[in-house]
Parts: sequence; C-alpha cells; structure tokens
Amino acid sequence: MTVLQIVFLVTGFVTLLAGVMVVASPKLVHAALWLIVSLAGVAVLFVLLNANFLAVVQVVVYIGAIAILIIFAVMLTRRVMADTGPTHNPSWWLALISALVLLGGLLALILQVPAFAQAGPTAQPAADSGLSDLGTALVDVNRFLLPFEVASVLLLAALIGAMAIARPADAAEEGGE
Amino acid sequence: MIPLSWYLILSALLFCVGAFGVLARRNAVGILMGIELMLNAVNLNLVAFWRYLTPGLIAGQVFTLIVFAVAASEASVGLALIISIYRRRSTVVVDEINLMKW
Amino acid sequence: MGDPFGLIGQWLMDLVTGWGMQPVAALTLLRFLGAAILATVLLLVCFLLIVAERKLLGRFQDRYGPNRVGPWGVFQTVADFVKLIGKEIVVPDGIDKPVYWLAPLLVVMSVVGIWAVVPFAPGFLGTDLNVGILYIVSVGAIGTLGIIMAGWSSNNKFALLGAFRAVAQLVSYEIPMVLTLLVPTMLAGSMGIAAIVEAQKDMWFITAAPLAALVFLISSVAENGRAPFDLMEGESEIVAGFNIEYGGLAFGMFYVGEFLHAFTVGVLFSTLFLGGWQGPGAEQFPLLGLVYFFAKAFVVWFITVWIRGSFPRVRIDQLLSLNWKFLTPLALLIVSLTAVVDKLAVEQGWSRILALLAANGALFVGTMAVLGAYGRSVRLREERLRATAGGLSTGIAR
Repeated sequence: MTVLQIVFLVTGFVTLLAGVMVVASPKLVHAALWLIVSLAGVAVLFVLLNANFLAVVQVVVYIGAIAILIIFAVMLTRRVMADTGPTHNPSWWLALISALVLLGGLLALILQVPAFAQAGPTAQPAADSGLSDLGTALVDVNRFLLPFEVASVLLLAALIGAMAIARPADAAEEGGE
Repeated sequence: MIPLSWYLILSALLFCVGAFGVLARRNAVGILMGIELMLNAVNLNLVAFWRYLTPGLIAGQVFTLIVFAVAASEASVGLALIISIYRRRSTVVVDEINLMKW
Repeated sequence: MGDPFGLIGQWLMDLVTGWGMQPVAALTLLRFLGAAILATVLLLVCFLLIVAERKLLGRFQDRYGPNRVGPWGVFQTVADFVKLIGKEIVVPDGIDKPVYWLAPLLVVMSVVGIWAVVPFAPGFLGTDLNVGILYIVSVGAIGTLGIIMAGWSSNNKFALLGAFRAVAQLVSYEIPMVLTLLVPTMLAGSMGIAAIVEAQKDMWFITAAPLAALVFLISSVAENGRAPFDLMEGESEIVAGFNIEYGGLAFGMFYVGEFLHAFTVGVLFSTLFLGGWQGPGAEQFPLLGLVYFFAKAFVVWFITVWIRGSFPRVRIDQLLSLNWKFLTPLALLIVSLTAVVDKLAVEQGWSRILALLAANGALFVGTMAVLGAYGRSVRLREERLRATAGGLSTGIAR
C-alpha cells in the first residue's frame, strides 16, 4: 500500500460519503454543504491525477460560485427557516433499484476491459501538466478555438438568460430612469 | 500505483449516487445537486482517461473545461428558473409543480 | 551565509532521518511542521499588527492609540486576547451546530492558506505551484463560504441579511481582482508566483501596469471587507452583520482573520506588482530578500490603513454599482489592452515597459474623461431637478 493509494482511498471514501449525504440529507442546507465536501474531494482527486489547473478551476468555479449559488437558492426558496414535508419521493426505493442496476451495468463494463486494470499510468509528458499546451490549444484555430468560443457564447447566453428569468416581474416599472 | 479501474469505479459510484438523488429528491434544488454530482463524476472520468491513456493529447483537459462551463451555465439558468417558479407557485417541490396553467 | 533556509531544512531532515524514519515520512512530517509553524507565526504577528493599526488609526484621527498596556501599548492585543478567551461564548438557541462552529475555521483557513504559495525569499516558499495565482483566488472563495455559513447558522434574520450582503460584495469584487491578476500573469508568462517574482528582476510590474495595480488594490481591499467597503460588519449599520451571534474566541477568529487578510493583501500586492523579495543583493543573501519582502508588504499595508482612516463607508448600492459599472469594465479593458500592446511591443521591437506605460496612461486619461462626463451629466440632471422641483431635492445619485 503506497502513500498515494492510501490518499486515493481516503479521498474516494470521503467523496462518496459526502455524495451519499447530499442525496440523503433531510435538511437541504446540509446537503449543499456536503456537496461542497464532495466537490473538494473531486478537486483532490484531480491533483492526484496531475491535473492541478483543473483542480483549482474546480474549486474556484464549483465551490466558489456554483455551490454558493445553490446555497443562496436553497435559502431563498423556503417560506420558513425550516424545511417542511418529506424530502424524498414515496417511490424512492424504485430510484434506488434503478441506480443500483445502473451501477451494476457500469461496473460490469469497467471490469471487462483488462487494459483498465493495469497498474500505473503512462509517462507524464509535460512538466507543467500540460498547462501551456492547454492555453495554446484553446486559442489555436486548428485545435480547440471553436469549442472555446462556443462555450463563451453559451456562458453569455446563460448570464443574460438567468438575469432575465430571475428578474422580479415589476422591476420594469419601478426604479426606471 | 493506482490502476485506472479504481478511478472509473469511483466515478461510476458517484454517478449512480447522483442519479439516485435526481430520481428520489422532491425539492428542485436537491435534484440540481444530484445533477452536479453526476457532472463531477463525468469530469473525474474524463481526467482519469486523459491521464492514463493519452497524457500527450490535451483534448481530455479541454473537454473537462467545456464541461465546467456547461455545468456553470446550467446551474445558473436552472436556479434562476427555480427562483422564478418559487415566486409564482410559492413552492419548489416538484410534485406540486405539475400544472402548465392554473 | 549562502542559503540559510536550505541549510536549516537539510539539518532538520538529517536529524529526523537519523532517528530512523523513512525519508518520505520524514519529508511529510517536516512539511506539516513547517505549515504549523507558519500558521502559528502568522497568527502571532497579528497581535502586533492589530496594535500597530490601532495606533496608526489613532494618529490619523489626531489622538494617541492604545498606550497603556506595555511600552507604547504593544501588549494591548495580548490583553484583548486574554479578555476574549475569558468571555463566555454565548451560544444561541436553535443554531445549526456543526455549521456554526465550522464557519470561523473556514474564514481563518482561507486567509492562512494563501501564505502557502507566497515566496518570502529566493528558494524559501511553501510550495511552488505552477497555478499559484488561481490557487489564491480559490482559497479566497472558501472565505466567502465561511461567511455565508456563519450568517445562516446563527438562526438570526439580521445575521442572514448581513451574510447575503457580505457575499454579494465578496463575489462581485472577485471579478476585477481575478481579471487584474491576469496582468502579472501575462507579463511574466506564468501563473506561478515564484516565476512572477523572478520576472520582476529588471523592473517591477507596477511600472508596466499601474492601472492594473490600482484596480487590484481597490478590489482586494473590498474583498477584505475593510473601510471604505466595510459594510460586512458595519457596527453602526447592521449590528455587526454575520458575526452577530458569535462571542468570545469565535468572534476573535473572525477578527484575526480580517486583520491577517489585510496584511495578506499587502503581501500579495507587493509580490505581484512591487517585486516581492527582489532588491539589491537579494539573490546572494536570502535574508536580505526576506527583509525587502516584509518592508514592501508593510508599506502597502500602511497604505490600506491610511485608506481606512480617511474614507467614509460606502453604501451597498454604491458599492455594487462601483464594481459592476466601473471596475469590471475597466479591468476588462486593462486586460485586453495589456495583451494587445504587449504582443505588439514584442513584435515591433519597442520597449515593452514604455509601450505598456503609454497604453496605461492613455487608458487612465480616457477613464478620467468618461468619469468626468458622467459626473457632469449627473450634476446637470440634479440641477435641472432642483430647478423644476423648486425646493427640496432628493439628491439621489444615479
């Protein structure tokens, strides 16, 4: 058992446990905080995979923005300071069975391919985990410029759309010029 | 060292946990949290494959970055929709949002 | 005298492996030890910083600061700390216990974590991340989380409102901060902070990007929650905001986190724009680099205290409109202008620094012109209102 294996097992266990608490927690704010633990666990796994730029982007985007947005949404969408009513469907057992069936199918697929079970990754090509290559690839016309630009248009559309949707209905009349 | 299958199994588990959350939760924000778990599982899968099979091709990391951008936009629009629904119906329990018009 | 820090590290390593530990375990132990020592030293330095700040503020306000406890009052913070520990932590009813206790930890963690990537002297830094700048942003985002946890778990509507306002401020001012952090990245060609400090060997980045430095300073001060942006815990406004239900040592952690963050802002600014440990003779004598580093950080910290003592508090709507209508477009312009001019200067063979300085100057003149025109239009509108209303003018600034 090398140190890296122990680190992976601990992080993986924490991430999974946090994921289970996300979907099982009766209080939604607790579920949001467990989601943050799960996201942080995934960031640690990214570091283990030598993708440290993606790890910090994960923390900044997911934990620093999306998780806070989710917490705000949870706090703004309840009438009293406590959750009311059951938090899961009456047919949650059906959901559990389908999730387990899906898990079984995925595991069967994964364990079938012998190449996946080989220990150890192939050699790491770049010393900076591909950071400079990532930067050039995103703006290179022959490589990934188009997906990059489309993603930025998507973000702009989401920004404008979210503002337009969440605007209070009478904001157009009050507070005008 | 850590075999690739360990990462894949972990991401499969995380994906199924997220799928359970989407299917079993009653609150719309709870469903969105399950979706975020699934997207994270997908990202983990992508980066694991990049690292183990094709570390020379940067396409794995680019794909993950695009998934980040998509997840961010989907979360923001989804939460804006949920807040807007809450303003009209005073509820975000998906069982109660089952009428198109009054 | 060549490399004192490397010598100390090597001596410790030999000591621990001499006791029979594996090298990997010894390295891990020493790293944890180093992190613990750094965090402890920082929190202890805060004691002196708080007293220094109070005395400075006192002098700005034409009075002595605290001068009773110890020579010139230097033990004031120790006395305050002893008092804080002795206070009963009144835990309100109906709080969310794990979230309530975790929040101050996250806030202090987010500040101390920044120091892991800051280079104190050549070869003397916590860890040389090649994405150091983004790491700083990410660790700062965790502090925002701590604040919202504190506000929500207190079972108090005012705390929640204060937390909402605080998070709105913090999340908004992250954007110009991140955008202007791109400028030293572009000028140095790397996101690693050690590389940025190395690239400032010939000329500090503040000469090539003064506007970016100014915008970074403003947004960092706003991120920190210091005056004039100290709406987060305006004592006279929202009754101390999100930390209203925290007493004793729990409040002390928020307090210490805020003051340490103020010093960290000074450190970051001096590292990114003023050359960090660079100075005459710093490469031969790393201790001299350490001295330069702290001297520059103290100068910038003094400027932030000066700002605190000089400006009144900004309202929340003025705060947000300052960010979204002024700082963010300005930061975007700075980043695009720097990128274009830098590339042009390299291609055409101009001096990079002179070209960038000229571009910054042009942008500054343009910004002042736009602000002047906007101010004039607001003033004209108000005079027109006053003329037609004839009497009371509400004087609402748009």
